[in-house]
Amino acid sequence: MSPTCGLINATVLLSLRDFMIRIPKSAVRLSLFTFAIIYYAGSATARAQEPPYFVTYSDVLEEPGNLEIAQKGTTGGPQDSHGFYSSTLELEYGAKAWWTTELYLQGQATANDSILFTGFRWENRFRVLPTEHWMNPVLYVEYEDVNGADKSVLEVTGHDSIGDFQGSNADNRRDISRTIEGKLILSSYPKGWNVSENWIMEKDLMGGAWEFGYAVGASRPLSLAAASHACTFCRQHFSTGAEVYGGLATVHNFGFNDTSHYAGPTMQFDVPRGPTLFFSPQFGLSSNSAGVLWRIMASYEIQQFRDLFRKKEAQ
Amino acid sequence: MKAHRIAWSALILCSISAVAILAASSSWLTKVPDADRRRVNPYAGDPQAIAAGKILFAENCAKCHGSDAEGRYGRPSLRSQRVESATDGELAWLLRNGSLTKGMPTWSSLPEPERWQIIAFLRSLPPDISGFAISPPH
Repeated sequence: MSPTCGLINATVLLSLRDFMIRIPKSAVRLSLFTFAIIYYAGSATARAQEPPYFVTYSDVLEEPGNLEIAQKGTTGGPQDSHGFYSSTLELEYGAKAWWTTELYLQGQATANDSILFTGFRWENRFRVLPTEHWMNPVLYVEYEDVNGADKSVLEVTGHDSIGDFQGSNADNRRDISRTIEGKLILSSYPKGWNVSENWIMEKDLMGGAWEFGYAVGASRPLSLAAASHACTFCRQHFSTGAEVYGGLATVHNFGFNDTSHYAGPTMQFDVPRGPTLFFSPQFGLSSNSAGVLWRIMASYEIQQFRDLFRKKEAQ
Repeated sequence: MKAHRIAWSALILCSISAVAILAASSSWLTKVPDADRRRVNPYAGDPQAIAAGKILFAENCAKCHGSDAEGRYGRPSLRSQRVESATDGELAWLLRNGSLTKGMPTWSSLPEPERWQIIAFLRSLPPDISGFAISPPH
């Protein structure tokens, strides 16, 4: 983990501490404020190819040499707990055309409680087959070192429930979990749609049973062909879709009992020569789920980041 | 112990994938199925599609292949004899599948009509492109 990156993420949260006290209402404003800063800091970027999902992974990998920086925010006010805002900084690099590696740094702020750094994740995705097929598999391997105060909901596995949002940050942060997580990602493109399915397996290295989860998403650009003139609000720059995800309990009691599930529409806007913006309200589908999670993300792709370190003459 | 076994299994699976991809790394042109090779660009010669393809090229391709499409940092020129003599269907196959071991990613997530628009634009490039540059979209 890079302490510098962690500091940046924590600083963004800390500098806005006063603002955070009034969440969840102000959390929405905080999200907009944070994303506005990132938007204006944008440089030479291009639109991401990724479908508009927050939890579901598609077969899209980062192009080799590109660095994507994303700020993912989740806010909500679950029953019997304080409103919160979770912030995740993602650094995604295309190591090869068939291999993408990504570092996550996470923190959260809870109203009437505290702001804290909750941990990091390091994930790798590998394209399995050298050519495209009607369904394209990608293998995902991740190591997580996060504490119990994490509220990012980047996936739901096992018996994750609304109880995870309750309790104080001071208590929850003592519960450290170091886990490995594997996903089988399947993606297909019928008639311009992207349909992706994820099968999730997670194991706490400090003990506990294998936990399972799923995520499914479908999306489509509003236009499949590009306009013949440069424009900001052309339909090709917008995508919409939906995703559903949830836990499937553990290896000992596989199924839907005492699990939580969410579903919601997702929207994406690729700002030409700027960031890609994502938004989704996601609704709890079971009594174990938090009511509504509001998600927002801004991502920037620095094209051919590695060329910055190459000599001009080599060009 | 079990966790270690799973971690090793995952590592072995990834290695097998890498080997499979490396084994399939010969020239992409030889791998294009006949049915794909014969495909015709529905936008061939369409000025609107060429204009759209120019914007898409600047957004997605120019950073690697250069704003003049002549390649950068060892990445191939799209004005080469090899690309010029390839059929539209072969180029469409390459855009959809990529050439993973050579660093060309798959562009299957780009809608198919947009991939054809890029090919229409590539076909419109003049044979001699010295001094030619594709301006980015405004």
